[in-house]
Amino acid sequence: MKKLDPQLVWAFLGVLGLLAVSSLIGWMIKLAVKKPETQAAIRNLNARIGAWWVMSAIFSLTLLVGPVGSLVLFGILSLLALREYVTLLPSRRADHRTLFWSFFIFTPLQYLLIGIHWYGMFAILIPVYAFLFVPTRLAIAGDTESFLSRASTIQWGLMVCVYCLSYAPALLMLNIPGYAPDAKLLLYLVLVDQLSDVLQYVWGKLLGKHKIAPVVSPNKTWEGFIGGVATATLVGTALWWMTPFRPRVAALVSLLIALMGFAGGLTMSAIKRDRGVKDYGTLIRGHGGILDRMDSMCFAAPIFFHLVRYFYVR
Amino acid sequence: MSARFLAGMLAAAARLISGVQVQWVDSVPDPRQAVYFANHSSHLDFVVLWASLPAEIRSVTRPVAAQDYWSTGLRHVLAVNVFRAVLVARHAGKTDTPQESADPRLAIEHMLAAMGNRESLILFPEGTRGTGDEVAAFKSGLYYLCQRKPGLRLVPAYLNNLNRILPKGEFLPVPFISRLTFGPPMTLEAGEDKADFLARARDAVCRLRDL
Repeated sequence: MKKLDPQLVWAFLGVLGLLAVSSLIGWMIKLAVKKPETQAAIRNLNARIGAWWVMSAIFSLTLLVGPVGSLVLFGILSLLALREYVTLLPSRRADHRTLFWSFFIFTPLQYLLIGIHWYGMFAILIPVYAFLFVPTRLAIAGDTESFLSRASTIQWGLMVCVYCLSYAPALLMLNIPGYAPDAKLLLYLVLVDQLSDVLQYVWGKLLGKHKIAPVVSPNKTWEGFIGGVATATLVGTALWWMTPFRPRVAALVSLLIALMGFAGGLTMSAIKRDRGVKDYGTLIRGHGGILDRMDSMCFAAPIFFHLVRYFYVR
Repeated sequence: MSARFLAGMLAAAARLISGVQVQWVDSVPDPRQAVYFANHSSHLDFVVLWASLPAEIRSVTRPVAAQDYWSTGLRHVLAVNVFRAVLVARHAGKTDTPQESADPRLAIEHMLAAMGNRESLILFPEGTRGTGDEVAAFKSGLYYLCQRKPGLRLVPAYLNNLNRILPKGEFLPVPFISRLTFGPPMTLEAGEDKADFLARARDAVCRLRDL
């Protein structure tokens, strides 16, 4: 077995400590607060924390397996996210074959391209080839009812659930001079992005008063947004040592991750409200579906990837 | 490989592909003899319904399937050895019309023999697959079965989205998330008219649609 990067070990220990502290707090709240009207919220909090242990364990294990582990994990996440997305949106009988291509040809191919480090094709497979294939295949199927809306629904699903999400494990193919090409950059993105979600939730629960987008996402508040983005940026800055960035750049990058994450959460919420549902699925206890958890990542990963690639890859 | 092991694997695969979310509304899983009846829109219907039953119920539950479709090659092996399907004849060539099968009495005898005293059945009273938008009128088999077996427990179920996963005429599935809702058991009441009973049974299925 190859020797573990000590910085990676520190990051893992940090996550472990964070989870332990969260569980302790969740447990104390459960013991201290006996008001019946808050019981449901407390149960949900503890379910969320429990699910975080499971998600952290799965993610850490796949990181330790190596690039193949992360590719398989994110490939599966893309399939599950796309499944939640297409289930929620209307489709017609004539979409069947096009959807089959999306799930079983384009999605595996996208991750395969990362695996063989073919950056040029990875970057255009979905925005160019799938973009043109989808409407063509639908036209061949011959049903013209709501044609453009059906075609764009599938294109949009592939872009968000597959293309955008695949940018996270694609970080593993970046070659940054003077920075060991391992899992730290992916871990950094996931940490800052997911902590930003959690911290926005926590600040919102603690201080939240002024709704930021009452129609789209009734639980999001200005207090949660500002508090969450600010603390996530602080954490991201404090973790500069595991990245190729100087502390000042790390601050800027993590601010951007948090803001893009917020944009993702808001956008994916708008779709849920339009379809009249609260969550995309029920796969993660306390959180909802995969897409409820990965919405921020879908928007943050591509921007983070291209920033790093533009400024740090020679 | 034993049939039982294969059955477990197939049940797991069916649940994975269909992502089925199972709920029991005003009803609990019960291993006692019953007929599970549901709407029909996909070849996957009975596999998913069967796979969603708790293992101890699954082992005593047999689907009723059309002889003409399930009698060839691999399908036959699966139907007979793994699912232990009760194969019944449909009216040849007229499977898309609401006509009764060639000799309905023969099919009923066949089902009764297969049930014995403890086995349960999975039945699709529409007789043939629909598009998934509407539930067609029920054929009378369910009524005759209850007449011959007074007090037989009937458990209605609604299968959502299976027509999107594997619609009529397609052979490759698209993994939409499906939903299976079981409702409260019912029985044929003494002196109940055939048409009334069939309408009531169909209604019991339709009511589960949006739960």
